[in-house]
This record gives sequence, structure tokens and C-alpha cells, in this order.
Amino acid sequence: MSMNPFFALAPFVVIAGTAVAVMLGIALKRNFGPAFAMAACGIIASLLTLRMPWRDSPIQAGLLIWLDDYALFYMALLLSAGLAVLGLCYDYFKDREGQHEELPLLLLTALLGALVLVGSSHFASFFIGLELLGISLFALIGYPLNQARSLEAALKYLILSGMSSAFLLMGMALIYAQCGELYFSGIGRYIAGQQDINVTVLSGTLLIVAGLAFKLSLAPFHWWTPDVYEGAPAPITAFIATVSKSAVFVLLLRYFISSGSYSYAPLLNVFSVIAGLSIVGGNLLALLQNNVKRLLAYSSIAHMGYLLVALIAGGSIVVETFAFYLPAYCMTTIGAFGVVSVLSTAQTEADDMACYRGLFWRRPWLAATFTLMLLSLAGIPLTVGFIGKFYILTGASGSRLWGLLLAVIIGSGLGLYYYLRIVVAMSMHGETTATVKPFGRDRASTAILAVLTLLVVWLGVYPSLLMNVIHSITYVIE
Amino acid sequence: MILFALIAVLVLGAGIAWVSECRSPTAPRWVALVTLMIEAFVVAPYSVTGQIDGLPTAWFAELYSPWIPRFGIGFHLAMDGLSLLLTALTVLLGLMAVSSSWTEIDKRQGFFFFNLLICLAATVGVFLAVDLFLFFFFWELMIIPMYFLISIWGHENRVYAALKFFIFTQVSGLLMLTAIVTLVQLHYKDSGVYSFDYFELLNTAVEPGVAFWLMLGFFIAFAVKLPAVPFHTWLPDAHTQASTGGSVILAGIMLKTGAYGLLRFVIPLFPEAAQQFAPVAMTLGGISVLYGALMAFAQSDLKQLIAYTSISHMGFVLLGIFSWNLLALQGSVITMLAHGISASALFMIAGALQQRLHTRNIGNMGGLWPALPRLSALALFFAIASLGLPGLGNFIGEFLVLQGVFSINVLLTSMTALVLILAPVYALGMIQKAFYGPRYRHSPLADFSRREWLSLGLPALTTVWLGLSPQTVLDVSAPVLKQAILNASIMGR
Repeated sequence: MSMNPFFALAPFVVIAGTAVAVMLGIALKRNFGPAFAMAACGIIASLLTLRMPWRDSPIQAGLLIWLDDYALFYMALLLSAGLAVLGLCYDYFKDREGQHEELPLLLLTALLGALVLVGSSHFASFFIGLELLGISLFALIGYPLNQARSLEAALKYLILSGMSSAFLLMGMALIYAQCGELYFSGIGRYIAGQQDINVTVLSGTLLIVAGLAFKLSLAPFHWWTPDVYEGAPAPITAFIATVSKSAVFVLLLRYFISSGSYSYAPLLNVFSVIAGLSIVGGNLLALLQNNVKRLLAYSSIAHMGYLLVALIAGGSIVVETFAFYLPAYCMTTIGAFGVVSVLSTAQTEADDMACYRGLFWRRPWLAATFTLMLLSLAGIPLTVGFIGKFYILTGASGSRLWGLLLAVIIGSGLGLYYYLRIVVAMSMHGETTATVKPFGRDRASTAILAVLTLLVVWLGVYPSLLMNVIHSITYVIE
Repeated sequence: MILFALIAVLVLGAGIAWVSECRSPTAPRWVALVTLMIEAFVVAPYSVTGQIDGLPTAWFAELYSPWIPRFGIGFHLAMDGLSLLLTALTVLLGLMAVSSSWTEIDKRQGFFFFNLLICLAATVGVFLAVDLFLFFFFWELMIIPMYFLISIWGHENRVYAALKFFIFTQVSGLLMLTAIVTLVQLHYKDSGVYSFDYFELLNTAVEPGVAFWLMLGFFIAFAVKLPAVPFHTWLPDAHTQASTGGSVILAGIMLKTGAYGLLRFVIPLFPEAAQQFAPVAMTLGGISVLYGALMAFAQSDLKQLIAYTSISHMGFVLLGIFSWNLLALQGSVITMLAHGISASALFMIAGALQQRLHTRNIGNMGGLWPALPRLSALALFFAIASLGLPGLGNFIGEFLVLQGVFSINVLLTSMTALVLILAPVYALGMIQKAFYGPRYRHSPLADFSRREWLSLGLPALTTVWLGLSPQTVLDVSAPVLKQAILNASIMGR
């Protein structure tokens, strides 16, 4: 604990500083390439500075932020995901008309919000992080100003996000009214001191859960998801699906464990219903989609449901499950949306199933990457998604959640059908209606997709690599 | 190390086959052929010196290296007589599949042979794995290339068939994974160590209620693959739509993995629950036998007909395994081998006919014998083998199964034995309709080439050998089965 908290905060400071620098740079002269390059350097620098708090972790940085191995691991994950999305954005926006220099700026602020969320141990930082992330996100979603669908999506997200924040605040207020504490651990002490379930705390927690479930797009709070996924530019969709959701889930788990909410059985019942609905509903609705982005939106609803099953299962394995599943999910999802983004042109977003017909024979590597990502989402061996699913099954069977296990199995079966539909479309022969983009121009995206593909296969075949890292950082439940 | 080579050779060959397409479009098939030849040479020493009577256990080769230590998962391969027989079968049928795809596949040969060899590699992995996680890994892995084999190179309705196949096998696979994981959790609670090792888990004490459900999880996965009624509906579709090479592997090898799983995992891991469940399983087996035969008789599509006969024959295997005595088990093993060969051969003939006539409909054939004497003769031979003529392999298997089951359930045996009437009806009916009768008008047809002769002659000889001197095979499989029966009875107490 000897370390100066300022140094511990270095990763946050670097990101915030880069955001300011990018802003000043834009004020001086608009320049597309350098703005992205500066943001990328900032993220990499932030990744490097993670080492500073790592040595002395856990460390209390300031009043609101608690940096332990758990937080640092996810910060690294979020920063890497942010970097990948930045690279995809660069290729996606470079040929489009308009001014795109603010995009890296917004990505940086969103990333900052996500980092704060992951490190927060107090309701204030929790809320600041969430809002920072949310506000940046709706600017990002509506970034292509001239497209009606993006604007519609942004507006939807704005209004519903506002609603969910209201729920969240109400929940926090209720909990504070009862416990007089804003620190997660303080709430935990209060709950541990009580004999029975406190109704006010329970309703407060439920409201918080409702607010977070919106961000996680868990059923029945998922209505915005398909529209926003469809309307947002593909790389931004990847950002929402991975960084935003992971950060919120990481926070939810931390709050749940440190506040000792596992002792609230009614809460677990509510979670079970939400998880079951998300898995079955998400997968069923995905069956009906012909739009790849909407399809992936519903599939992400289902995936959040799977992860919630792990949360309900609890036990000693839950932290480990999260630490494996979330990176796996991020890699795969960024990979999948990366393919969509590479295929999109300035005129059309490649979200119609027809764009993928015969892709195997036109651009075999891209199609193979997409297939791999889809198989990983479906949880087929050789991919990292399988190990993730294995973790979920292990956790759920350890806690004997037979009903939810059945939901996971049925959901996976349904999932296969719609993932394979895309694969089938790609392997079909025949002419395509989509315009073919000249190959080899998207260097950044190609590199990112290559790295993700390698990671997905490598960790699928040899997961011990990641497991060892996870094991060394396992979060100690207070 | 040789066990690893058994898998590595095929994987390596698959990679080379894919890449070699750049050189010449016909290179992949040569690569596939050479790969399988090498594989045959790797297996051969075991088959020759595989005499293991002296050893205390039935296993005669093992390989272990840690894989995912966090959960006690190892890359653990081991071979006993049963794995050896099935691996040898895999190599033989692999050669047949390559031969039958020689000219049939004219598009994207590289990717085709890549999938074919990966599928074989995963199947060999299934037969060798003695770590449950590794087993499941191979089990799922073998499905993906098969999916591509059906969905890219199949016939008119291939997408539907491939999807159905994939979803059936995957969902049932997940049930099995859940059962595996639960078993491991129970073992963990007992011993405090995670382990997926077969030999560790063999001695897990599971309370009877739970054991039954776990057993059911495994059983469904294997019954889907077998396939047993009522999980069979994917099979006729998949077979009909797959290309000949795909059908050969599907019928010859992939169905055997289901039987292998029952034999290796279901009964040894849960002897009591399996015993409790045996009457149901045996009845399902009996129903499969009769239902498959009846349905086969009603088909007009040649490949569909053969697919239904597969269901019928695999019913015998199910029946034999769950009666759990040495005679019936040995019958099951022989049936697995004999059916693998005869069904694959029939599929090759159906494929050859389709290539020449562009139809699979028996109604559009007729009077083919004069036009295609060699093909027709072989078709007759394998049809007779499949109906169980004494002197050929299938007869030995079915006879032993029926004899073994007789001591346990007389009624079921006598009902099942009715198939001895039904089988000639469908087999000879098929021959009658396709090869005799009024001559259907065809343009001149090419009879079997030398390559086709060779690739069907070898299985024909094997069938005769199995029928005339089954003792060799029985000797190889006996120690395994005796050991398994012994283990199960110890645990049962």
C-alpha cells in the first residue's frame, strides 16, 4: 500500500490525457490518421502502465477505485478490445465522407468509463463509469449522422439508457437509505449483520439489477438490442457487444460478491427467470432473422444468459468462469463483427444474409475466419467458445441447476441452427448480389482478424495458457 | 508415441491434401491415398503382434501427457483389442471412401479430402481416447468435417440433411457433456481432485438415482449416433444426401462410434444403472431391428433403403451390448465390423449406379445385370452378406447376438429373429427390382473399372474371411470384453 495512488491511477490518467490530447489535436487541425494513431498509442501506453499498480495490488486508488488483480485483468481485456475496435473503426471510416476525427475521442471516453466501472468499489464511481460509457456510446451509435437508422438507434439507446439509469439511481438510493453505506463492502457488512432478508435492500438490489440488465440486454430488458446493433456502424456494434457488456458484467459480479447478495435467495430466483428467458428467447428470436447484425444481437442476448447461469451457480468457480468466458466472448464477437465491418462498404452495411452467399469461394480466408467465429459462438470444440461453454456447464452442474442446464442445452441446439445458416450461405455456390470490395486494403482489420483467429484456435486447443493467468489472479472473495 | 502418430498422420495428410490442390486439382486424392497407406502401415504392427494374452489387462499401448491440468484433463490415449479392430476398420473404409470419391468429386477436391481425412482422424481419436474430455473433443470434432462433406458435396437436399445431422448429434452431444461434467463433479466431491480420466472415473461411486440420469445422458448421445429408434430420423436423410465417400464413412465408421461408446463408457461407468435400463435398451434394439427392416422394404430410393438396413443392423448391436454377456458382446463386435464393410460397399455400389444412371430410384433401374455384370455380381454378393447368409461375416455377428440374448430374454429373441425373414425380403427385393426384370432403356453403361473392382474386392474378401474364420477377431476382442464384464460385475456388487 506504499504506492502513491496517483501512480496506481496511471492507466486512467493516460486514457483521459490521450482523450484531451486528441481533442486539442482536432482543434488545431483535423487529421484522420494521426487522430487514430494518437488514440492507439494512448491505449497501448495505458496497457503498459497497468504494470505499475499490478506490483502492489490490491491497492486503493483514491476513494472510489479499488485496483486488485480482478480489476486489472479486466482492464487489460477491455483495453485490448478497445484497441481492436479502434483498428476496425479506422478501416471502416477511412473511405467515408465526413469528419471522423471525433470517433477515437469518443472511443477513448467510452473506454475510460468502462475502466472506471471495472475498478469501482463504490456507488459513485459505479454511476460515473456507467454514465461516461453510456453517453459516449450514444454519440458513437449515431455517429454516421446522415443515416436514419443510426440516428434512430442512437435515440432509442439514449432514452432507454436514461430510463435504466433512473432505475439504477433509485435502487442505490433505497440501499443507501437502509444501510447508510455507498461502499460495496460496507453494504456487504450490513447484509451480513442482518438475520433476515431486508425488503428495502432487496428491492434496491432488484432495481439495480434491472438497470444493469438493460445494459447487458438480458430479456426482458433486451428490446433495444437488435435495433441498436443493426443501426450502429459495425465496429461500434462490436464495441457495445464486448466492452460495454463485459464491463457491466464484471461490475455486477463484483457487486454481487462483495455485497454478499448470494444470501438473497429471491434474487437468485429472479436471475434464474431472466437467464432462462434470455437463453430461450434470444435463441428463438435469432432463428427468425435474415439480418446478420440482428442475428448476432439476439445471439448476444443468449450469451449473456449463459453467463448469468454461471453467476447464479456461484461457488468457487464463478470468478474463473467469468475470467475465461468474457475474453472468449470478446474475441469471438469482435472477430464476427470485424468480418461484417470489413465487408461493409461506404454505400451498404454488409448485414444482409445475401452479402455472404458464396463468400467461401470469393474470399476464403475471410469466410473461414467468420466460420470459426460462428463455431466459437456456438461452442464447438477446437475453438475457445467450447471451453467457455465447458466452464458454464461445470459451474451449473456443480450447483445442480438442472433446469438452467437444460435451457443452455436447448439454447445451444437452437443456436447451431442459425449460426450454421450463415455458414451454409457462405458455402453456397452461385452469383452474389453484393458488390465486392477490392481485397487487401484493410490492413489493420486484416491484422486484427488474423490475431483473433489465432487466439480463438490456440486457446481452444490449449486453454491452459489463459487458465494459468486466470488462476494467478483469482479474485479472493472478501 | 505410435498412438499419437495414428492421429497425426491423418491430420498432417489432411493439411497436405488441402495445400496440394494448388499444384494440381487431382493431387489431393493421391495425397489422401498415400496418407491412408501410411496409416495402414502404422496400424499393421499392432494387428500382427497384437497378441496380448500374457498381459494382466486388456490394454496394450498407452500415451499420456497433461493437457489442461486445471481440470485434470490429459491427452490420454490407449489401445486395446476393440480400439484396434475399429481403427483397422477405419483405415480400410477410409481407403474405400477415397476410392469411391476418386472421380465422383470434381469440385474443390482439396477441401473435400481435407475434410475426409480430418473426419477419419477424429474418429480414430474417438476410438483411442481414454480421457472423457478428450473423447468428447474428438466426438464433436468428427461431426464438423462430416457436416461440410454433406453440405457442400451432397445431393439436391443437402443443406437440410446436413443441418439435421449436425443438430441431432450436437444436442445429444451436449447432453453427454453435461453428464461427463456432472460425473466429474461427483468424483471431485468424493476425492477432491478434478479428473476426466476414464480409469479414475471408473471407480466413482454414484448414487443410483443420479447414476441413472447420467447414464441416460451418455446413452442418448450414443443412441443418436447408432442410431436406435426413436433417434434415427437424421440417418436416412444424411445418407441419401451425402456423397458416396461421405456415406461410406457415415455408415461404416461413424455409426460404430455410437456402439463403441456404449461398450466403452455407458456400461462400464454405470453398470447398475445400465442393468436397470437394459430391458428398455434391448427393446429399443429389437424395435430398431424390425422397424429398420420393414422401412427398408418400403423404400424406392436405393440409398435410403441401405440407410434403413443400417438401422436394422445396428439394432442388433444395441441388443447385444445391453444383454452384456460374452457371446452377445462378441456378436456385437463382429456385427459392427461386418456391417461397416457390407453397408459401405452397398453405398459404393449405389453411388456407382447414381454416377452412371443419375438416379437413385430403384423404379428407374431394372434389368441392369446384362449391362453391368460385374457391378451387379458384387451388388448381389453384398446384398446377400447383408441379409446374413451363413459363411459371411454378418451371419456370425447376428447369430452370436441372438444366441447371447436368448439366455436372457426369450421373447425378445424370437421377435427379433423375425428379421431373418424380413432381411431377405428387402435385400432380394432390391436385387430383383434393380438388376433383373424388364430392361429399362439406358444408354450404354460402363461397367466397374479396375479401381472399383479393387476397392470392392478387398471388402468382399474381408467379409468372407470374417464369415469363415471369425476366431481371429474373437481372440482379439475377447480379453477386452472379459475385462469389461469382470469390472462391471465387481462394481455391481
